[in-house]
Amino acid sequence: MKRIRIACLVLLFAASPAFSNPYMETLPNGLKVVVKEDRRAPVVVSQIWYKAGSIDEFNGTTGLAHALEHMMFKGTKMVPAGQFSKLIAAAGGRENAFTMQDYTAFFQELDKTKLPLAMRLESDRMKNLLLSEKEFSKEIRVVMEERRMRTEDQPHALLYEKMMSVAFQESPYRRPVIGWMNDLQNMTIEDVRNWYRRWYAPNNATLVVVGDVDHEKVFALAKKYYGRIRPSKLPVRKPQVEPPQIGIKRIEVKAPANLPYMLMAYHVPEIRDAEHDWEPYALDVLAGVFDGYDAARLDKALTRDNPVAISVGAGYEDTGRGPGLFVIDATPSPGKSVLDVESAVRAQLEKIVKDGVTDEELKRVKAQVTASHVFQRDSMFYQAMQIGQLESVGLSYKDINVMLKKIGEVTADQVKAVAKKYFDDDNLTVAVLVPAKGGSHAQ
Amino acid sequence: MLNKFLPGFLLLAFSISAHAILPIQHWQTPSGARVLFVENHDMPMVDIKVDFSAGSSRDTEKKSGLAGMTRYMMTRGAGDLDEDEISGRLADIGANLGGDFDRDMAGFSVRTLSSKEGDAIDILAKILKSPRFEEKILEREKKRAIAEIRDAQTDPGYVSNKTFYKLLYADHPYALPPQGEIDTLKTLTRQDVLDFYKDHYTAEREVIAIVGDLTRDQAQAISNKLSEGLQPDQPQPSLPDVPLPVKPIEKDIAFPSTQSHILIGYPGVARGDPDYFPLLVGNYVLGGGGFESRLLNEVREKRGLAYSVYSYFLPLEKKGPFMVGLQTRKDQTKEALGIVWKTIDDFIAKGPTSKDLTAAKENLIGGFPLRIDSNRKIVDYLAMIGFYNLPLTYLDDFTKKIGEVTVGEIRDAFSRRVNPHDMVTVVVGSGG
Repeated sequence: MKRIRIACLVLLFAASPAFSNPYMETLPNGLKVVVKEDRRAPVVVSQIWYKAGSIDEFNGTTGLAHALEHMMFKGTKMVPAGQFSKLIAAAGGRENAFTMQDYTAFFQELDKTKLPLAMRLESDRMKNLLLSEKEFSKEIRVVMEERRMRTEDQPHALLYEKMMSVAFQESPYRRPVIGWMNDLQNMTIEDVRNWYRRWYAPNNATLVVVGDVDHEKVFALAKKYYGRIRPSKLPVRKPQVEPPQIGIKRIEVKAPANLPYMLMAYHVPEIRDAEHDWEPYALDVLAGVFDGYDAARLDKALTRDNPVAISVGAGYEDTGRGPGLFVIDATPSPGKSVLDVESAVRAQLEKIVKDGVTDEELKRVKAQVTASHVFQRDSMFYQAMQIGQLESVGLSYKDINVMLKKIGEVTADQVKAVAKKYFDDDNLTVAVLVPAKGGSHAQ
Repeated sequence: MLNKFLPGFLLLAFSISAHAILPIQHWQTPSGARVLFVENHDMPMVDIKVDFSAGSSRDTEKKSGLAGMTRYMMTRGAGDLDEDEISGRLADIGANLGGDFDRDMAGFSVRTLSSKEGDAIDILAKILKSPRFEEKILEREKKRAIAEIRDAQTDPGYVSNKTFYKLLYADHPYALPPQGEIDTLKTLTRQDVLDFYKDHYTAEREVIAIVGDLTRDQAQAISNKLSEGLQPDQPQPSLPDVPLPVKPIEKDIAFPSTQSHILIGYPGVARGDPDYFPLLVGNYVLGGGGFESRLLNEVREKRGLAYSVYSYFLPLEKKGPFMVGLQTRKDQTKEALGIVWKTIDDFIAKGPTSKDLTAAKENLIGGFPLRIDSNRKIVDYLAMIGFYNLPLTYLDDFTKKIGEVTVGEIRDAFSRRVNPHDMVTVVVGSGG
């Protein structure tokens, strides 16, 4: 145990060549700017993260955060529709955006000399979006096509959407990021304008820049382009805490498929205080023991030794503005039922509760975490993602190293303890995809 | 705007600065494998790719799926390590094992901390040299592969792709699906796998790409270790040329989906083809250039008919496909198809405008640094250059070649290489 911790620390030092890198500054209007210098290639990635995701939406207007993301490319007074992308492309850049439950983010990757262009365009659309009725009427059709492509015609994604809507009853996490189809059909440009006015402000955003740049120069650019934007009075966000689940939930979803599929989701905590929490880190290690590498426990037990499944996985996201879920998913082997798979998964859960994890497994998972921390630095985009994500869920980019240290400190007893506490039937949602050959969708 | 002069100036600047930005070292191991290496000590890690000419085009129709199964089975136990020991030991040092498999190539990739490189290479060498091919595991994996195909048969994307290749390539081995077929996978035996391995996993057919925190001597030792003691070379017939279609083919497949998945295509280019750069630049304008492309503009921006619409050339050893794809709500299928066809026809007939060409060049040349900004991207390029025997100056020449493309060359290349009257069209979903 002790030896691993030392190895971990040594790598940590190697991972931060300059002590103060990344650098952070908050502009007077509230915009937080984080710069990480990485001079391995003459490029830069610029991302702006708005703390506005589907978690901030209301019933009847789900999908707004994502619809606005699409409309952000539809022009301002200075930069007409389509021009944003044209200008970035002409500079050799790549750009796009993504919307999640907790945030909406926009990014450009460019030659390092083109950063001012990205800042000029991105700061312009923070406040000056046109949001025309005409553009919206076309774009909302694109969004509906996106929903058909990503969810309606994808049985596994459909099952996940339905599972979320059942596992959560009070948390806004029960609603899909892309929005319900009926809400998309009834969304108006006025809804989108309200959303934009509500959340698009410097004091609700973090600008992350990673690349071959000088942090002082980036701060100066940020001041030049974003500094004159006035802050907004942000609405109060209600906590909307999910109460404890008080009994198992089961649902079935019928969709055109040849093989059944299942999800088992347990409510678990998220990191709120990176330094003092310990349960989320124990859950990280548990997810690693279950599914962190080829031949980890679930894969070995369910698909190799005595095959009941053709695939099985476990996932846990340890950060988020809302509540957490530990999700196990599996596709039964031909001739095996979802019940066979469920009991095989349960046997693995019980084994952890009863016997815990081995020192060998613990060591393995920690070796993976340490190595992947180095590997991740190969991608500037990923480094920026990590900073933006943490800043947008109420944590700090400084917590990256704290979290790494805390995972290194997890003990076998702690893993056993979280398994015992959270793998409880009252806390469980089971969702099953029932193959309906040639059948029609619920919608 | 005054940028009439400016773009040309920029192009020149970029092509000069691109020279020798990536010093590639190249050698052959005593046993005949070709090696490409870029030394880089920025981070304490190493990326290695080992590829063989052993993709699904080396399958036969009767044994479709054998190439993919052989590659996968090599990782399921080798030498004194069983499959769990292979996974476990790699996990112990935090190394990742992966690899590519497509119509041309089959290979393995390893990413490891440079301090653990020795252990990772030992395991990879065992996988390459002494795979066990255990009968029991083969039977298990056959069942799993068959189930995965059955699962995929309800995915309109899988069905359209598979049907497209089948119709486009007919009797050519590129028609065979990389995943194999349910009926042929069932018949695979251990002897089949062993024979395929012996025929194709030879040092002469091996390309090793290495990037990272190693000296030349270390890289040389690694490449020797990964190539010595492989199977002796067995001459294999070269892939046949791809015949061009002589008439249009249209296929509608009814499907219980809300959208139609549409693919339109024609045999495109081979790697190293002199038409590649005009076609690449031209395709940027037609359907490759993200939010700028004509297809995206006509289908999505103007009419909201699809979320995703694109075109690309996939260069392979022989002519890989030129492909146009989109998904749209079923009742819009006809309308969307009409617009896509009009856009393709118009582009092939008239080519890009000089303004389009400038925009394409600005993006492809200006964006060049993004193509090689990580070890992962560099090792992928090395593997590609090595596998297809492209010149070692491929990356140095990239921006220059793009800069030289003219409107006339694009129009000429498209009119010679894509015949809009004999294309393959697959629509999955519309209901026939």
